[in-house]
Amino acid sequence: MPEIKSPAFQANVNQAMGDAQLQQALAKLKGGFQVNRVTAAGKLPEFETLRDQATGIKEHTLAHLDFYLEAFEEKTRAAGGQVHWACTAADARRIILELCRQGGAGKVIKGKSMITEEIGLNDFLIHNGLEVVETDLGEYIIQLRNEPPSHIIAPAIHVSKEQVADDFREAHEALDPQRPLAEPRQLLDEARHILREHFLSADVGITGANFLVAETGSVVIVTNEGNGDLTQTLSKMHVVVASLEKVVPTLEDSATLLRLLARSATGQELSVYTTYATGPKREQDPDGPGSFHVVLLNGGRTDLLGGPLNDVLRCIRCGACMNSCPVYGAIGGHAYGWVYPGPIGAVLTPALIGMEKSHHLPHASSFCGKCEEVCPVRIPLPKMMRHLREKSYEKGALPRTFLAGMGFWAFLARRPRLYRTAANFLARALAWAAMGRGALKHVPFAAGWTSERDLPAPEGRSFFAQYRKQKKGEKP
Amino acid sequence: MSSPTVGLFVTCLIDLFRPSAGFAAIALLEDAGCQVEVPEIQTCCGQPAYNSGDRKDAILVARGLIDAFAPFDYVVVPSGSCAGMIRHHYPGLFAQMPELARQAQALADKTHELVSFLVDVLGVKQVPVAFKGKLAYHDSCSALREMGIHDQPRQLLSSMDGAELVALENPETCCGFGGTFCVKYPEISGRMVDDKARDIEASGADTLVGPDLGCLLNMAGKLRRRGAAVEVRHVAEVLAGKTDKTPPIAADPKRS
Amino acid sequence: MSNPRDTILAGIRRSLGRGALDAETVRELKQRLAQPVRNTVPQRGQLPIEERTALFVQMAEAVDATVDQLGDLSQVPSAVGTFCQVHGLIKSALLAADPELNALDWGEAGFTSRTGLPQRDDLLAITPAFAAAAETGTLVTRSGPDHASSLNLLPDNHIVVLHKAKILASYEDTWDLLRKAYPQGLPRTVLWITGPSRTGDIEQTLQLGAHGPRRLHILIVG
Repeated sequence: MPEIKSPAFQANVNQAMGDAQLQQALAKLKGGFQVNRVTAAGKLPEFETLRDQATGIKEHTLAHLDFYLEAFEEKTRAAGGQVHWACTAADARRIILELCRQGGAGKVIKGKSMITEEIGLNDFLIHNGLEVVETDLGEYIIQLRNEPPSHIIAPAIHVSKEQVADDFREAHEALDPQRPLAEPRQLLDEARHILREHFLSADVGITGANFLVAETGSVVIVTNEGNGDLTQTLSKMHVVVASLEKVVPTLEDSATLLRLLARSATGQELSVYTTYATGPKREQDPDGPGSFHVVLLNGGRTDLLGGPLNDVLRCIRCGACMNSCPVYGAIGGHAYGWVYPGPIGAVLTPALIGMEKSHHLPHASSFCGKCEEVCPVRIPLPKMMRHLREKSYEKGALPRTFLAGMGFWAFLARRPRLYRTAANFLARALAWAAMGRGALKHVPFAAGWTSERDLPAPEGRSFFAQYRKQKKGEKP
Repeated sequence: MSSPTVGLFVTCLIDLFRPSAGFAAIALLEDAGCQVEVPEIQTCCGQPAYNSGDRKDAILVARGLIDAFAPFDYVVVPSGSCAGMIRHHYPGLFAQMPELARQAQALADKTHELVSFLVDVLGVKQVPVAFKGKLAYHDSCSALREMGIHDQPRQLLSSMDGAELVALENPETCCGFGGTFCVKYPEISGRMVDDKARDIEASGADTLVGPDLGCLLNMAGKLRRRGAAVEVRHVAEVLAGKTDKTPPIAADPKRS
Repeated sequence: MSNPRDTILAGIRRSLGRGALDAETVRELKQRLAQPVRNTVPQRGQLPIEERTALFVQMAEAVDATVDQLGDLSQVPSAVGTFCQVHGLIKSALLAADPELNALDWGEAGFTSRTGLPQRDDLLAITPAFAAAAETGTLVTRSGPDHASSLNLLPDNHIVVLHKAKILASYEDTWDLLRKAYPQGLPRTVLWITGPSRTGDIEQTLQLGAHGPRRLHILIVG
């Protein structure tokens, strides 16, 4: 199980905001992924229609999830693959380890997979004596750094090229120490060279799945680098790890979702490599894995199904929400403290590991609604964050002063006459405290506000105090 | 239209911090031919409780508002977030209480944000106001995403004689107010409003306007903290031509 | 104690507030899988063949593939020869075991050619494409006895021979063709290729040639 750092949210935030290198990287999102998504969507007149249809496809599939998983299993087996069902992360790890042993590993290579992060697979396999190499460049970089990913599609977004160069020098000892590594091109060429050797010597290839197609028993894997395909083609065994909600009904449905995925993620029309893998190599195939296994993981999904957080299961892991989120844009992915960052993480993390460990996440949002606006499958993320806040409130898990303040305000708000008096009093008090100036720099009990900005002074009398006076003056 | 009655929902922030915006709203509505009343039993829409997860208090406070505005044909609100709360969230709040749900829906159906009421319902196309200078308009999140307010204020602002509308680079990015969010997560909110302030300063605008006072208080407070010269006003004040009466938000009163 | 499969399926049904689906619903769902229906297909690629081809070329070039249009299959070896000259490659062609490609006169164009799996020092592979989708300049390849998958990915340069008549409008059109060609079930992989390999993983700077080929050259024939 990957380490949970979500309870330290405030400390994480402070660290992130003081990290100049991270802030530089995050600043690029605005002019990069954010704007590219808008451009790509703008070039496809059917984009909004496809969003509606994709939402419908996912809703339909979730409502019939049992049928579609069974159909997928049947077709996968018909193609010569095997399907393994895992209730928990621990079960999945155990199954995968056993498969790796059967596959003669040795060496395991991996395509980028958030679900394998979620179940803490790499550490587990390494602990059990296997060599594990991430082949996605971003994942490879963070593997060298022993860090978790900070973004679901650009895991090393927070790392500078200088840092990558240092990491490569340290890790690739056999290479000439004097070699130049200042340019991204040089770093990429070195990574390609090093990882090529791993591709060619791997026993088992483990990938995730972007989609599982029930119609044909196919697993869809999408990459720009080509490592998704190489990971499976060059190994003796291909293991796919996927959570239940990855299944979609037909090839046509997968096409609809693919049209939204890259456009929403990076603004590309389509990722470079889209592989539909169906079973192991056929007898006459010159290459390909001898065996093909799909591990279907529940990992708490059925607890979300049919409940108030059901819609989070529609997620296609595009990352558009975090690309567009101003909170993510200020604090980056590691601050969220677990596998999934950004708005999707603010819901999925508490949903999977509980609010006790992650209650800050759904609270650290201004509810601006941008995430829902950009989500290709229209997940109502603010609504679900609000639901989690309600759970927090019901448990009394909010700070006492806050609860007391909220209670007092609500008490007044239900008593108009008292409220009127209190409002006018406060207006006069703050205006007086401002001493003729337009704003206050310090206000007792309001350090949360004044630490960052001045508090504009009220005009001096509340609206209703003035309104009443006017109306009195108007009476004949 | 045979003299429909309009109830003004002033909102708790305008009541407390910026009554001028409330009076400006009344002036705009009366100029457009409305008969405006301001029921005095109104307090708050309940958003602070609702967004904090305190559904119980949100319901209790909302009931007060439903009662206050039951008698009117239209309810107009100089705030996108309060209008959005009523229009989009009240019906769901009372989903388990059929009679109240009916009343909540009735209120939701007749509630409008101020500028969109003027343009979309009353068909106002311009305001007879002179305003010299460069204006930037901030799209408050609820106004934009819940209430669809974007073109309407720009239309009316551009109609002012002498006014030049300048665009922010990221007009649709949240300013970081978010109700209690800004005081619960001040560093994050501070960063968001700092980015917004830089955008405003870089735009060359003399005046910043917007539909929601919470956002305006947040941005004005940050601009002042940064020593920026930009003036901040509620969009109602500017459209009603009432900018000579009150200093801009957070600005020191001019000595006469 | 039930097995994980049963536990999970039971958990799904419990969460959805129902038991197993009734026979009628199952029949409908099976029908949905047996006779898939298209969702909205973008208008974009739905053009007459010439315009469709032009769109394909435009989209492929936008993602850094290079494209040549040849009248005739027999021109392929010399077109590949030109490619090798331009990029300083020796004229050693590793071909997919595709009969059509292998029937061409490589010797005349000065090539040594062979089929088989790519070796470490293979810098060029030439393969067919099953079809293409004009909407995004995407090539559709499929694995088989005559097309080893690793040919598409290991060598630095990948040249694809694509028959013009196979440039279709949309992904859906390519699935229709594949289903017809493989009624018993899809090949091990169907790989869509949209440009040469790339990554933005180092400081969000886009670069070509991550793990797959640095160059993708498409020869449209017909």
